Amino acid sequence: MTLNAWLPVFALMTSLVAALVIFALPEKGYRLRTAVNLGAALVKLGLVVVMVWGVFRGVDYGVSFTMVPGVAFALKADALSMMFATLSAVLWLLTTVYAVGYLEDSPNRSRFFGFFSLCVASTMGIALAGNLFTFFLFYEMLTLSTYPLVVHRGTEKALKAGRTYLIYTLTGGAVLLLAIAWLHGVEGDLPFREGGHFIDADADIHLSLILIFILLVAGLGVKAAVFPLHGWLPQAMVAPAPVSALLHAVAVVKAGAFGIVRVVYNIYGIEASSLLGVLEPLAWLAAFTMLYGSVRALSQVALKRLLAFSTVSQVSYIILGVCLFGPVGAAGGLVHLLHQGIMKITLFFCAGNYAETLGIHRIDDMDGAGRRMPGTSLAFTIGAFGMIGVPPLAGFITKWTLGSGALAANMDWVIAVLVLSSLLNAAYFLPIVHRLWFREPNGSWPRERRWGRLETNAWLFWPPLLTAVMTVVVGVLASLPFSPLSWAELIVLREYSP
Amino acid sequence: MTLWLMAGLLFTPLAWAVLTLLTDFARGRLVTWGGILVQVLVSLGLWLTVARDGGFYYGLGGWDAPLGIELRVDGLAVTFVLLTAVVASACGWHAGIYIDPDKPWHRYFWPLFWFLWSGLNAVWLGDDLFNLYVGLELISLSAVGLVALGGKASALRASLRYLLAALLGSLAYLLGVALMYGQFGTLSIAGIASWLTEHPVPAGSGLALALMIAGLALKTALFPLHQWLPPAHGIAKSPVSALLSALVVKASFYIAARLWLELGEPLGNLVSAQLVGLLGSAAVVWGSWLACRQLQLKQVVAYSSVAQIGYLFLLFPLTYSVSESVSLQAQQGITLQVISHALAKAAMFLAAGNLILSVGSSRVDALAGVSRFLPFSLFSFGLAGVSLMSLPPSGGFAAKWLLLQASLESGQWWWVLVLLVGGLLSAAYVFRIFRASFLESPESDQFYHPARSLEVIPMILALLALGLGLVSEQVLSVMALPFEVEGSP
Repeated sequence: MTLNAWLPVFALMTSLVAALVIFALPEKGYRLRTAVNLGAALVKLGLVVVMVWGVFRGVDYGVSFTMVPGVAFALKADALSMMFATLSAVLWLLTTVYAVGYLEDSPNRSRFFGFFSLCVASTMGIALAGNLFTFFLFYEMLTLSTYPLVVHRGTEKALKAGRTYLIYTLTGGAVLLLAIAWLHGVEGDLPFREGGHFIDADADIHLSLILIFILLVAGLGVKAAVFPLHGWLPQAMVAPAPVSALLHAVAVVKAGAFGIVRVVYNIYGIEASSLLGVLEPLAWLAAFTMLYGSVRALSQVALKRLLAFSTVSQVSYIILGVCLFGPVGAAGGLVHLLHQGIMKITLFFCAGNYAETLGIHRIDDMDGAGRRMPGTSLAFTIGAFGMIGVPPLAGFITKWTLGSGALAANMDWVIAVLVLSSLLNAAYFLPIVHRLWFREPNGSWPRERRWGRLETNAWLFWPPLLTAVMTVVVGVLASLPFSPLSWAELIVLREYSP
Repeated sequence: MTLWLMAGLLFTPLAWAVLTLLTDFARGRLVTWGGILVQVLVSLGLWLTVARDGGFYYGLGGWDAPLGIELRVDGLAVTFVLLTAVVASACGWHAGIYIDPDKPWHRYFWPLFWFLWSGLNAVWLGDDLFNLYVGLELISLSAVGLVALGGKASALRASLRYLLAALLGSLAYLLGVALMYGQFGTLSIAGIASWLTEHPVPAGSGLALALMIAGLALKTALFPLHQWLPPAHGIAKSPVSALLSALVVKASFYIAARLWLELGEPLGNLVSAQLVGLLGSAAVVWGSWLACRQLQLKQVVAYSSVAQIGYLFLLFPLTYSVSESVSLQAQQGITLQVISHALAKAAMFLAAGNLILSVGSSRVDALAGVSRFLPFSLFSFGLAGVSLMSLPPSGGFAAKWLLLQASLESGQWWWVLVLLVGGLLSAAYVFRIFRASFLESPESDQFYHPARSLEVIPMILALLALGLGLVSEQVLSVMALPFEVEGSP
């Protein structure tokens, strides 16, 4: 085997090996553990950059062997997988930095960082999976490795949330397994392929294909938090802030959305999905989830729960984009996979900073926090404006592209949904921004801590600022090569003309 | 070479059983560890030989059937011999450290351990109904003895119950054997099968098969004949529980499966095949449900065995009047399930033993805070749990995948529901343990830390169960090897 075959394996192994090393390290080995964490994250980022460049030039990265009779374990890197892998690699690095600061002096850090790395290894596997079977393998590994993170605090409430999380995700996993096994029975082992497999499918298997599609989307929709399968997400907010950040930006919800993208583009094929008539209902469901999540967010009093419902809404932008038949809309959906990740992680980092530094968990305690923590509040404001879709930030690019795609696909109602959703986003984010900057503080903060010169611990201070800058940059420079938008257009080009 | 390997394989356990009978526990331990090394090397050698050259028939002492005892050394049998070597040596190693050498009655542990091992090998390799019966009795009696070593009155009660169930099962089996012999004049399974291809099915032979399978199902603890299992497996010492759940129940299932695969097509019928599958499904649901409700940690693991054994009986409906490829998939799936459950359940019982040793109580709710003090054993427990939940990449997952394919392809979609629901239920009882141990308790300084090697053993087994899924294609290809040398049926 050549080096090209091994690169995806190495990228997967970096976080897997890091996890094993961290489990083996003693609880007190603080410096060594941080070094292993950051080192592995940097190595992985390097490998991903190499592969991105390779995929851009058309190099094939892939390895596969027969695992169970009739099915292969396959890893491969195409343009779509690199998009998810880049997101995972970049945000892993930042979240690790953040988590090191966040969990300072708390117990069970060895366990936390071990499972954290396992979780990232799973997302890498999801990105690089070459067929549905391999995808499922890492999809379930993700479920298992996030559970200890969700219940990390060991309180009754956390354990209860963990149980809800498991009931939802394991049931979703079982449905997904049924769908994959059924599809395997109908058509055999199907590798992910640009253009999909079913454009010439016989008419007599159309019904099975539609049923399998429904099961696949139901199984994946649990993690993507599609209405009505979103119930676990707001509850899982008891997890520590870096976990929520990772869950919302990269790991769990994105894995579900990414899976739906894979199914539509690389298993069924966009044209076959359109012919089968499954895209339109999914688009309606996504549109409804967008509005539903925003409406529920309006009435939340806890900041993290508000962000959770905002995620429910935002992830469905991706699904909606996938369902718009036509290259422009598809690019809009795919680019949101990255944009939403960057913006949402900013907001969660900020929420964590408010909680750790000032003890703020509720929105009505946030009055005047902008004066005490200007850096964090600036990042929060940029993230919130991005979510609303203020030009020229990342969210604007998404919404603009989606809108153009909807017009091109003759689905004018999507424009109305986009406008309405943006208004709702503004309705729940702007009051918070107003509170931050223009209200007087209530007196004392709920639980204030001080760290030297900066407004908060340096490990917590820089990551949100950095992701806020990224939110601006990917918006302003959207037309440059290797920007998320250009990459999404590259993917779409390859999907529509395989 | 092969001759020496076979001789070593059959001779060592019996010789060591006698040797250890003469010593006390501590010296027996040293002797046993030496014997384990021999036995593992021999098993591995035999497995490699068969993987390279294919299976063969082996006449014991040079006497061929029907006069002498003939052994059937095929890919499947040597794989189980190797599995036995792995699991039994892990349990033997663990027991040497875990069991208190000062109790005088513990010196009988080693002889019983070795008799059990020789019985298991006899069953994997045996080819005629009566030799299988002898192996089965050897296993049952030594297993009952091992359970009774628990020493307490409750252990004695459980072992007596176990003895009664085992004897009743043997009786039914023996009756079936007698009927078979009366009808066919031979005890060789292959002989009966080939007789049946040339003659019409005699009346009443279906009954004989049913009697044998019912007796074996009682010994395998198939629902609703499972009541003897949880007390016996729950009360025994952890390494003993591991041996019982991992290997002993598999021996009787192995015989039942071989009978069914050879004679099921002519002698069985669709209703009985579906009925056995239905009982297996009921075991999956009922066993898991009860596992969720147990207060004692080891009872949870024991009821999980009842559930996991249920899956095995899906072999009956999935191989009866189906296409060749479906039958093969089902057989492969069940074989993987046997192997992965053996590894995972042994790991789980040993890890549970460590956890109990650490918190000093066998109750589930006493585990609060143990995740901080014994993370390694808890992690082994969890990895074994991954295989029991049949989540990827474990051997349990590969097994479930093959069984799903077999059910879907033969149109028996109702087993799909059983497989999926069973997986979710097993997640419920595994995560119940995790929920209990992740709870942070205020008073948390009364933990005892067991020896490192006690913690390493279950981890090795759990990793084997987990990795099995990744290499299942290779493992299965050894089992599918055809016989190179024609034996006399």
